[in-house]
Amino acid sequence: MANEVIFHSIHQPESWKLSSYLSTGGYETLKKVVMEKMSPEEIINQVKISALRGRGGAGFPTGLKWSFMPRHFQGDKYIVCNTDEGEPGTFKDRDIIRYNPHQLIEGMAIAAYTMGVKVGYNYIHGEIWESYERFEEALEEARVAGFLGDNLFGSDFSFNLHAHHGYGAYICGEETALLESIEGRKGQPRFKPPFPASFGLYGKPTTINNTETFASIPYIIRNGGQKFLELGKPNNGGTKIFSVSGHVNKPGNFEIGMGTPFSELLEMAGGVRNGHKLKAVIPGGSSVPVLPAEIIMDCTMDYDSLSKAGSMLGAGSVIVMDETVCMVKALERLSYFYFEESCGQCTPCREGTGWLYRIVHRIEHGKGKPEDLALLDSVTSNIMGRTICALGDAAAMPVQGMLKHYRNEFEYHIEHKKCMV
Amino acid sequence: MAHIEIDGKQIEVKDGSTVMDAARQAGIHIPHFCYHKKLSIAANCRMCLVQVEKAPKPLPACATPVTDGMKVLTRSESAIRAQKGVMEFLLINHPLDCPICDQGGECQLQDLAVGFGGVASRYEEEKRVVANKELGPLISTDMTRCIHCTRCVRFGQEISGVMELGQAGRGEHSEIMPFVERTVDSELSGNMIDLCPVGALTSKPFRYTARAWELTRRASVSPHDSLGSNLAVHVKSNRVMRVVPRENESINECWLSDKDRYSYEALNSEQRLTQPMIKRHGEWQECDWQTALEYVANGLKRIRDDHGADQIGALASPHSTLEELYLVQKLVRGLGSGNVDHRTRQSDFSADGATRGAPWLGQSIAAVQELDCILVVGSNLRKDHPLLAHRLRQAVKAGADLNLLNPLDDDLLCRVANKIIVSPAEMQNALAQVLKALVDIKQATVPVNVANHTASESAYAIATSLASGNKTSVLLGNIALHHPCYSEVHALAQEIARISGATLGVMGEAANSVGAHIAGMVPFSGPLGKPATSGMNASEMLRSPRLAYLLLNTEIELDCHDPQLASKAVENAELVVAMSAYRHQAMNYADVMLPIAPFAETSGTFVNTEGRAQSFNAVVKPFSESRPAWKVLRVLGNMFNLHGFDYNSSEDVRAALFDSGSESLQAACNNQLQELGNITLTPAGNGVQRIGDVPIYQADALVRRAGSLQRTADGAAPEVTMNGVLLAQLQLENGAMAVVRQGEGHTLMRVRRDDKLPSGCARVPAAHPLTAGLGSMFGEIVVEKA
Repeated sequence: MANEVIFHSIHQPESWKLSSYLSTGGYETLKKVVMEKMSPEEIINQVKISALRGRGGAGFPTGLKWSFMPRHFQGDKYIVCNTDEGEPGTFKDRDIIRYNPHQLIEGMAIAAYTMGVKVGYNYIHGEIWESYERFEEALEEARVAGFLGDNLFGSDFSFNLHAHHGYGAYICGEETALLESIEGRKGQPRFKPPFPASFGLYGKPTTINNTETFASIPYIIRNGGQKFLELGKPNNGGTKIFSVSGHVNKPGNFEIGMGTPFSELLEMAGGVRNGHKLKAVIPGGSSVPVLPAEIIMDCTMDYDSLSKAGSMLGAGSVIVMDETVCMVKALERLSYFYFEESCGQCTPCREGTGWLYRIVHRIEHGKGKPEDLALLDSVTSNIMGRTICALGDAAAMPVQGMLKHYRNEFEYHIEHKKCMV
Repeated sequence: MAHIEIDGKQIEVKDGSTVMDAARQAGIHIPHFCYHKKLSIAANCRMCLVQVEKAPKPLPACATPVTDGMKVLTRSESAIRAQKGVMEFLLINHPLDCPICDQGGECQLQDLAVGFGGVASRYEEEKRVVANKELGPLISTDMTRCIHCTRCVRFGQEISGVMELGQAGRGEHSEIMPFVERTVDSELSGNMIDLCPVGALTSKPFRYTARAWELTRRASVSPHDSLGSNLAVHVKSNRVMRVVPRENESINECWLSDKDRYSYEALNSEQRLTQPMIKRHGEWQECDWQTALEYVANGLKRIRDDHGADQIGALASPHSTLEELYLVQKLVRGLGSGNVDHRTRQSDFSADGATRGAPWLGQSIAAVQELDCILVVGSNLRKDHPLLAHRLRQAVKAGADLNLLNPLDDDLLCRVANKIIVSPAEMQNALAQVLKALVDIKQATVPVNVANHTASESAYAIATSLASGNKTSVLLGNIALHHPCYSEVHALAQEIARISGATLGVMGEAANSVGAHIAGMVPFSGPLGKPATSGMNASEMLRSPRLAYLLLNTEIELDCHDPQLASKAVENAELVVAMSAYRHQAMNYADVMLPIAPFAETSGTFVNTEGRAQSFNAVVKPFSESRPAWKVLRVLGNMFNLHGFDYNSSEDVRAALFDSGSESLQAACNNQLQELGNITLTPAGNGVQRIGDVPIYQADALVRRAGSLQRTADGAAPEVTMNGVLLAQLQLENGAMAVVRQGEGHTLMRVRRDDKLPSGCARVPAAHPLTAGLGSMFGEIVVEKA
């Protein structure tokens, strides 16, 4: 089941080249869709059947999102790919554009065909320059070969795709901040409503999907939504790339079926580093609540199971921690990240992220007070759900997760002014 | 319409409204900082979070659209918890230095902190400190107090039309700042102070002079531009401490131009005239009012008896009140002279016999914002009419075509659809081209021979734009008014308006330009257009010097079209009576100086450009021995035993002029010239042509003495500007000094290159001491290497 959808050609030499992609049937799906004038309804239906959910972290059903695009809108519409993965622990999209960029391009072209879009953008994280350049090369290959451009395959369907690199702001991974950034403005999220489907890039209807989401599309259309669904489990279709990092012997990206037990994934990653035992796992990127070993070992890796366990699948960024990790210190570092990356637009996040960091910093450095834990609870709840975008929640959730499962470590730190571990 | 329930009240609101709109409609106050009814929605402060039934989390009232059947709770436990949470965040890094903050007592953050803030702070860390920014002489900053609501930023983007502040940096480090090494120079900048909900942006001139609760707020009306902005004058111990806007949606909305806001400094100027003074044997002597007025009466009587009444002339500033202007013309006409005028900067009066009423905007101020096609003719728009320019920008934003026919091409901060930038002398010709194009498009006939004109591409584009508009207007600016061929410009504009179905408007020079016409302060007609003794106009009075001049609020060398001519006339007169609030150049040529009260110290009326009479009371007592001019004129009238000078109040004066209670004088306003006849155009002259516009902070006696405004970029000494071609032709260097000669006078000015000026033109601003020795505002001028 591994490497079924995205990384299916990764074993080939220079798998990122067009020739490699073509050798595995690349762009045939696009050609078929365009030449046979496959109906957009049918495509969306297949995507719905596949139970493909947004791979960027929120897990919104992709077929449903596509159906929001006003089909008969006169004028420009856009699709945008979000390759601005900036959350600590995520590194899957980088490998998609590094090893299989054409599948993303084909996926976006099919999406464009489906939603009646002529222009697309791929916003690529600013700190993966080589990958950005590789994607640009792939775009050029596709243009030359006639997979991008006007009147593709002699039809009346045109699709032009442009790459756009960011400058390393985490907030630009938030879809509306990303749109602002493409427009040349400061990357700050917009308030919603209106949603991008009605007021997106340059004020036009826009659909934004994650890289992995778009890259899954050719498989779904070629093999049918049902086949994709069956790679995973009901409501959690397909395979998913998990980026495993931290205290494992073989960190890396692993594409496996949804619903695979965590224990299997851990095994694929070579297990916890030698001589140590698993303490905790942040299963979906730094913004999701941490799960202690005993809970995560019972989980399967999919949206529903992790949600039930009190965390989230997120972007599938699995951060593994062994028993040497001090949870206070870990949280201090996480909180610092959100403090630094808050865009500063809205009050709870701008002021709250700094406050959270300072409290945790204080505890870590032996200056915590018994009432600090209650203060952390209160401040996080004042941030949660009160901000323009999800960054506020992203800053609050790790704190809540840590306090839920490792409160004793924090109390120990406050009382003894030092680490438990 | 949507039916919603808000705090238990059932209301019906317009579709597309927000929860904030609905709450306002229902009379429910939702706490907020970033929301402002005139600005776009930012939803960044989060103070207005409310509970909406079925929504999983609190929603910002300002950005949440209503839906039918919505149930909103603004004061539920969940809403209050959210609001209190936001307030705590706002306060953790706020310095809480209210005792030393100028905003204290009128601070939204302070007010809402009472309701939503905690008793003590739970934040124990060091607070953020933000470096202050130098924004110029008008706005003081304490950026540590900033709560990042971005109202000031949005004001720049959306209202003043120029983004001079922005939010740089990220997260806690984000700061509101200007561009590097730049100040805030917009002529509307002071509004940012009103918009700032905290003490981050405060008034620099007002700083540390009074606390909000020590101030008495009194209503007044701006004496400056033709809009008649409504003012709230803040007074402490009989001294005007500051001026802020008094909201009037149909005039100034909630805004004020900086001129309206900061000119009050002149009220407390050291140049104020304190005592009546008489010049005896070349020496100024202070005296009492009785002595001074007897001196004036005797002098006028002597001249009338010895030389005839027509040797007396009166020139008044249109910044004077309706009552003052009415009385001064009544006095002079009572003495038997019709030599009265307020149009001291006008030079072409040949249409005087053809007017049908007071020139005015031709429509309401608010209507300007609804126009879909505008042609502005001869105007320094932003500087002469800051808030009207804002209305026009809003119209353009809504899709209107703004067309420009002007000798100046300054940035209007909005899209200009078509423009013709020509020398003043070419303006008539350019207008004729637009007319020619319109005649072609509309197949109309006009009383001007346009056959000889060939419409340029731009003229055709303007004509096409005018022809296609539904709500169109042709607006004449101050440059048109002061133009040496104003009657031709006016007649052509009238024809253009007629054929295109546009409203002809005269934007108007001063707060009471319309009022001055209505008061009869013109030589060709009496009050409300009634017949009266006629006489010489402003130009004639100076060209054929009179023996006696009565000057009301006028500084002859700064306020006249040709200061050389004017100065010579008054210097040779036998009696010059200067009624002024200030000691000024008149000290050199006047015989009597009478200290009169400026607008803040007298009651009176201004009639604005839309024909709206706005009366006001004095907000403070007259300074020292100053007296309201209407009282002075009344006493003078009594001294001559003139009939009908027994007024007990300015209201009496006003009532004598017209039935009190009539707020709108639009019936007395009319821009149409009758019987145009055949318009012949004056050919353009040779040589370098002067463009003599009036700098924004030199327009009237008050603003000239407003220290802070004088220190702004707009208050800088005028330069002679011209395009690169002329610069090279005259062998001048950008930035070097040049001698500017006109008539018998000359002055030394710095040369600046401005390639947007039309060829053969030198822009040499008028109304400034530096150029007061020169001649006519337009016409030939010589610029040479210094």
